[in-house]
Amino acid sequence: MKFLRDLLDKQKPHFVKGGKFEKLHSTFEAFETFLFVPDKVTHSGAHVRDAIDMKRTMIIVVLALIPPLIFGIWNVGYQHYLSLGMPYDFWPMFGFGLIKVLPVIVVSYVVGLAIEFGFAQARHHEVNEGFLVSGMLIPLVMPPDVPLWMVAVATAFAVIIGKEVFGGTGMNILNPALTARAFLFFAYPSEMSGDKVWIAEKADAFSGATPLGHLLVMDVDKVPDNFSMFLGTIPGSIGETSTLAIILGALILIATGIGSARIMLSVIAGGLGMGLLFNLWGANDYMNIPAYQHLIMGGFAFGAVYMATDPVSASQTTRGKIIYGVLIGMIAVLIRVFNPAYPEGMMLSILLMNVFAPLVDYYVVQANIKKRLKRAKAVINA
Amino acid sequence: MSNVIKIKKGLNINLVGEAEKTVKELSTDQFAIKPTDFIGVFPKILVKEGDAVKVGTPLFIDKYRDNIIFTSPVSGKIHEIKRGAKRILLEIKIDSDGLDEAIDFGVGDPLKMKREEVVDKLLKSGVWPFIRQRPYSVIANPSDLPKAIFISTFDSAPLAPDNDLILHGQGDIFQKGIDALSRLTQGEIHLNLDADASHSKVFTNSKGVQINHFSGPHPAGNVGVQINKICPINKGEVVWYLYPQDVLTIGHLFIEGRFNAGRVIALTGSEVLRPTYFKTKIGVNIESLVKNNVSNVEKRFISGNVLTGNAVNLDGYVGFYATQVTVIPEGNYHEFLGWAKVGFGKFSVSRSFPSFLFKNRKYRLDTNYHGGERALVMTGEYEKVFPFDIFPMQLLKAIMVEDIDQMENLGIYEVDEEDFALCEVIDTSKTNIQELVRKGLDLMRKEMS
Repeated sequence: MKFLRDLLDKQKPHFVKGGKFEKLHSTFEAFETFLFVPDKVTHSGAHVRDAIDMKRTMIIVVLALIPPLIFGIWNVGYQHYLSLGMPYDFWPMFGFGLIKVLPVIVVSYVVGLAIEFGFAQARHHEVNEGFLVSGMLIPLVMPPDVPLWMVAVATAFAVIIGKEVFGGTGMNILNPALTARAFLFFAYPSEMSGDKVWIAEKADAFSGATPLGHLLVMDVDKVPDNFSMFLGTIPGSIGETSTLAIILGALILIATGIGSARIMLSVIAGGLGMGLLFNLWGANDYMNIPAYQHLIMGGFAFGAVYMATDPVSASQTTRGKIIYGVLIGMIAVLIRVFNPAYPEGMMLSILLMNVFAPLVDYYVVQANIKKRLKRAKAVINA
Repeated sequence: MSNVIKIKKGLNINLVGEAEKTVKELSTDQFAIKPTDFIGVFPKILVKEGDAVKVGTPLFIDKYRDNIIFTSPVSGKIHEIKRGAKRILLEIKIDSDGLDEAIDFGVGDPLKMKREEVVDKLLKSGVWPFIRQRPYSVIANPSDLPKAIFISTFDSAPLAPDNDLILHGQGDIFQKGIDALSRLTQGEIHLNLDADASHSKVFTNSKGVQINHFSGPHPAGNVGVQINKICPINKGEVVWYLYPQDVLTIGHLFIEGRFNAGRVIALTGSEVLRPTYFKTKIGVNIESLVKNNVSNVEKRFISGNVLTGNAVNLDGYVGFYATQVTVIPEGNYHEFLGWAKVGFGKFSVSRSFPSFLFKNRKYRLDTNYHGGERALVMTGEYEKVFPFDIFPMQLLKAIMVEDIDQMENLGIYEVDEEDFALCEVIDTSKTNIQELVRKGLDLMRKEMS
């Protein structure tokens, strides 16, 4: 690796202030630190530092996204051939899925990273690693047949309006990946909902509705069996269908401590609780479906594990995280059952709670402040 | 046994290079007092190069609190007055003549003296600066009446010196120091012991103190944590604190009538060949301390521990308050794809590295950042190593935006930078948190004065 290091050291002077490519400093820095952990040493404060850094953190999340990605690729092919009524082997199905999914991933990363690099350059700061995750999340919440230009527009919208206008990574209010999806959902509804979009190049005669789509029109009988929904052999967004694969990813996140298990469990508790509440009410068929089915349908599991846990847009306090999670679960199920316009409540529920997360934190922190003031008053009065 | 206060949140960083429990005499003639050790002090120098000084001769005073005097730890000659950028006073170097001629401040039984007499003696002899206060961690104001005085008898930081060893057999002197301190407050003197380790009779037999036991990982030994658990500081209150060897110095003053600047200093760290304790004096020269006893790699010399100490050069000096010198390797190297490796042998509290499987492993850590500085992204990290009833991330953000009210509301009076040291170590975003906390404290102090 000496050769690479020498090459970088030789090129470095061109990219620092006063060099030929001064304007590309952030870009150079991003590539250099990608290859080599910097040689920077501590100068004040603690002299030793933990080995963890942002790259490590983000790469773990990307790793946790691999199971739903692999399953999603296969499922895109599987659904396609199923709709055509042609039984096929694993590899053709996987190959078809790859042809569909890979371009989406490439477009998402290229567009997103280009904008990130541009902003970093303009602001003279480092390129943040956050988009490594967002760039993978965006393809996984897209329908398999989404036009590539839409992915590009949505990604650009998410990075610029969702993140950079607030000051970049760490400052955003909404989860960027969900912002991308919400943008498409409202800007191009016909491409993002209905029966047609969930199976790539499907045969016209075949119903391509998702379980939530069936439930929206109260076709309870058409909802697939629990096992298919848990396994994920159902139509849906690329990465959201397999609860099993998502659980694998969740285990990676929880085992490494990178994803907040507290939020994940709170979301599940909220969803289950709301489902049970509806069971008690039981005014229509949708309300009567078993509460646990909410967890394995649509984007609930994916949202709970990968979207709600985004540390920037979630609540930051321990108690806040629980409130935030429970409300996401409850509101998601509420929207599903009550709102005829939006079959999937998870996306809107998370975005809504993203907006309210600072408020939740505010009240949690205020409780601490009040406790401190009370203590001070007790001393004065004593 | 009194009640044990359990500290659950925190982290013990196990490092290679713990000092062997023997104390060696160190003979050297180079000492220095560094005015930069005293936060918030504007030094006004009283000596010049070539002046002869005795133990206890005033070297400089605080310009804005001129009753606070800093005196020479040894007798001899002023070798050099070293200044830095903008003529800031860096070091007052003294060549010791080895005679230890001392100014006599008079002996006395503090229990029979008035508070003013005790304070006066402490001030004149230059012993007063050992007494510091929270909030702000600055030298205490003699006219304040603290609501309590805290003494932490154990240091839980990495490779910290063992006070049981250092104070062994000096119970009478320690008690005399306690007696003097008891004249300074109407509140309690809290003597805080490590509940998990054996403790010396010096501490357990102390009279006139409230003995408390703490158990748990670092920062259980930090006075900040102990104050927070026993009598948290509200706005307008002050608590004074000092450390066991400082109490000895006070005891010596009343028994012998002189400023006894003797210090036992632990030489520790992975780059020390034979880590051990040295009996010497305040402000001893680093080079004489580590001579023929360190490895050949590029090293970082730290006056203090790896969490809160100051980096010093080989020709530098041990800080006024330091009881430990740590030597670790510098980390100025590039690591190829370091973030992507499994990372066996790397130290991390994150379970994304395998280190959590090897709890008892001792590390040879260097000074590398292990990553670039980034925006604050992760949440809930600091809380795991921060045993205060305070929201650390929120407080830090309040400091960043200089929101005075919010800083006060979130409890800035109860903390200082050492309490945040572990947060800084484990921070994914590599923020310089201690620097930030100090900035916040300085801002508050300016605002409140």
